[in-house]
Amino acid sequence: MTLPPLLPCDLRARLIAGVAVLLLIAPLAHLGPALAALAGVLALIVLRRQPIPWRRLWHLEAFLILLLVTLPFSVPGTPILELGPLSASREGVLRAGVVAAKVAASVLFLTLLFAGVEPARLGTTLRALHVPEALVRVFLGLVRYLGLIRAEMQRLQDAMRARAFRPRSNLHTWRVYGYLLGMMLLRALARAQRAEDAMRLRGYTGRFLHDTPSPLTAPDRIAALALPLLAAANLGWDLIAKGAGSA
Amino acid sequence: MSGLIEIEALTLRRDGRDVLRGVELTLAAGERLAIVGANGSGKTTLLRCLVGLEPPQEGRVTLFGTPCRREAEFRAARPRIGFLFQDSDDQLICPSVIEDVAFGPLNLGARPEDARRRAEAALAQLDLTHLADRFTHRLSGGEKRLVCLAGLLAMRPDVLLLDEPTNGVDTENGRKLRAALMAFDGAMILVSHDDGFVAEIATRAAVLHDGRLHPAHVHTHPHLHSHPHIHED
Repeated sequence: MTLPPLLPCDLRARLIAGVAVLLLIAPLAHLGPALAALAGVLALIVLRRQPIPWRRLWHLEAFLILLLVTLPFSVPGTPILELGPLSASREGVLRAGVVAAKVAASVLFLTLLFAGVEPARLGTTLRALHVPEALVRVFLGLVRYLGLIRAEMQRLQDAMRARAFRPRSNLHTWRVYGYLLGMMLLRALARAQRAEDAMRLRGYTGRFLHDTPSPLTAPDRIAALALPLLAAANLGWDLIAKGAGSA
Repeated sequence: MSGLIEIEALTLRRDGRDVLRGVELTLAAGERLAIVGANGSGKTTLLRCLVGLEPPQEGRVTLFGTPCRREAEFRAARPRIGFLFQDSDDQLICPSVIEDVAFGPLNLGARPEDARRRAEAALAQLDLTHLADRFTHRLSGGEKRLVCLAGLLAMRPDVLLLDEPTNGVDTENGRKLRAALMAFDGAMILVSHDDGFVAEIATRAAVLHDGRLHPAHVHTHPHLHSHPHIHED
């Protein structure tokens, strides 16, 4: 008997567990449970022998930095630091810590579940979970053409560089960026039209080949239930802490 | 200091494959060099290395006597090099033809009215004045090509790099293109898999094969053959 899988193998189970866990992490209001969620996710990463995605995490936290810096000064409470007319409150610092821990835990968990998954497979999974067909198509189309559009953008930017364009803070630069976006939009629309024409020429009637999903295995079911249960217990702790706390 | 462009021992690897292996190339003033080779033989990559859009793993690129390694060094040389891309759509950025042709001069710091004048002159030079107010994305393939070339000529380059110049160009526009290239008094590198057009224009030729550039020669010989033609009745 090997170790229990910890994470579901089946993508449907992963998707359900992932959404449930995120929904259960989101309402956490206390530092203890938030840090516990982060620790739990980190433990999973270590047990699965996955590398920690520092780059992704760093991008995200850099994005949040404005929030994390201003929170201590905007939440009223016991002052702990005075900067001229501004005072940072203990409650604000705690709130910033809670937000940082929850965000990090959520992103790490999502990365753990989906980073290694081929996006096209995620599309078929969404379909198996009865997500509306139109949304699945939009998602799959996005996945299919994102690379092409990105490459197109890169070529346009290369062409601009080859013609001695350098971004500066002047009207010419802003106008050219406007043109670049407009041109990308025009060409994306033209490409969409061509793709549709090609589909029609091949007799597209609005149907795609679907795989019939296989039933979930028992370990997958257990793992898909266990993770949200742990997160729910964590949320329970958070709610009790709220009842006991004076804030 | 003998050539406008000098490349020494240029090696570029992509996905573990040597695309270019020790390429040596010199382009002297007034020279028109044709580089031919099969699809995927690295012709476009070579041109991209030349203007610093793709960094090679090894080798030296010297443009106009200045060794170029960093982006800033290439940037200084780029206004003197006009690079005609393989796909015209990749090169037409502005909504109207006149704006697109004026894009280069504006980048070089020309005042808007001067940029417009230079753009108009470049269009006139290629007999394209009637296209000035058209939208770039509505042009035919051949017109796009010529407008791209006008955009390069408006920058008054010393060297033209032409990547598959005849791609998607019909006979009539091909004639205009040939005339414009023959009239250009700077140096140029023409890259193509179709050696007919480039052999007519080139003064020197090379073949890119197995990542290396082999010298070749342009020659004319009579053909005793027949092939079908289509003529208007």
